[in-house]
Amino acid sequence: MLRRRVIPCLDVKNGRVVKGTRFVDLTDEGDPVELAMRYADEGADEICFLDIGATPEGRTTMLKTIRETAVNVFIPLTVGGGVRSVSDMRAVLRAGADKVAINSAAVQQPRLIQECAQAFGAQCVVVAIDAKTVSTGWSVYTRGGRVDTGLCALDWAGRAQRLGAGELLVTSMDRDGTHEGYDVELLRALRRRVSIPIIASGGAGNPADLTAAIVEGRADAVLAASIFHRSIHSIADVKADLALAGVPVREIV
Amino acid sequence: MTSVAVIDHGAGNLVSMMRALETVGADPTLVRSGALGEFDRVVLPGVGATGPAMRTLNQTGLSDELRNYRSPLLGVCVGMQLLFEYSTEDDTECLGLIRGDVRRMDASPLPHIGWNSVEQTSNAIFTGLGSSPLFYFVHSFAAHPSDPRLVAGRTSYGENVFVSAVESGSTTGLQFHPERSGAAGLRVLANFLDDSREVRDVA
Repeated sequence: MLRRRVIPCLDVKNGRVVKGTRFVDLTDEGDPVELAMRYADEGADEICFLDIGATPEGRTTMLKTIRETAVNVFIPLTVGGGVRSVSDMRAVLRAGADKVAINSAAVQQPRLIQECAQAFGAQCVVVAIDAKTVSTGWSVYTRGGRVDTGLCALDWAGRAQRLGAGELLVTSMDRDGTHEGYDVELLRALRRRVSIPIIASGGAGNPADLTAAIVEGRADAVLAASIFHRSIHSIADVKADLALAGVPVREIV
Repeated sequence: MTSVAVIDHGAGNLVSMMRALETVGADPTLVRSGALGEFDRVVLPGVGATGPAMRTLNQTGLSDELRNYRSPLLGVCVGMQLLFEYSTEDDTECLGLIRGDVRRMDASPLPHIGWNSVEQTSNAIFTGLGSSPLFYFVHSFAAHPSDPRLVAGRTSYGENVFVSAVESGSTTGLQFHPERSGAAGLRVLANFLDDSREVRDVA
């Protein structure tokens, strides 16, 4: 039986882990390699790095961080941020990432999803969607939440799947960093629209929120950042809550 | 030290496999072309799509090297799928080292991504891991060996039960990623390197 995944997410800028609220007001949360190693020991099912700096210098630093993590951590690593081409994606994979998330570049040139899926297999192409509530539903934002594309998040998710995305990483901009819980309605609406796995992101405040994203939101995996970085809750706390709700999880050995 | 050729077919993360092999005491070398005969073991790793991977192996001559290789060979994920005769992914003729084909799974959601258990683990490749160890999977296709006796492990996903491990003589295929499966995965790689491992030959 497939276990539901608990994924600590590390937003990385210039080689440091940072965390903001609703995508702004960044604070320093530590060294990415050290944090990744700690989470792997504590039972993380996967690690996610998002390069939120995405400057040329930042890119080189990021590849180094990926490499150092890949040689120290024997669980899967998903990396996103600043990937704009097939060759960018190749560089990230060859540095030691297992899956690569593309966001703004996929919206600008949707064919990139198709090209990456053909080159590397759909299983390593994650399309990241930053979604914000609007009067008609949810709108897709790009460039780190700065640009409203006007695209309907549900339509974009369906198109990303048709183009060959292997997974969606969906962040609720309304909830990000607020600790108010995931946008379960958004998750449910997406689940009805696509048949690829959905990683829920944005809003985790306590273990019950992660459980709700899976049980009510029907997400396949849950991603959280600050509750883990600041040791507000451990991965074990989250898995205990999931297990209590009857959700299959990987026991920590 | 056991020398291991890790085949580089151009796509994907090889850092993890190299490092995992080093961690369990092997001496891995990335190989893009040339002879494989001098290596104690060969690993055909598993990231990428079947079509491009097989094209690269054919262009570099590694497909024939792999067909003629006689020491233990391990195919991981797509690498396992390449061991079979044919894959519906990209309509690809594969290495044909194991009889059978590879087809898209009939399950949802796909890809099958995450940690799942492998049952029926009596083969030596699973020594020390108990009856249903957990490993990390990420794939949409699964292999269907013609000879059920070659099945070394099965995994359930929803209503679907698929072959997650196969052994034919000295050739082993694993649908999961041992290099990304924590301590359990490292143990499988250590077992693969173990010279005393009994090779089950039903041919």
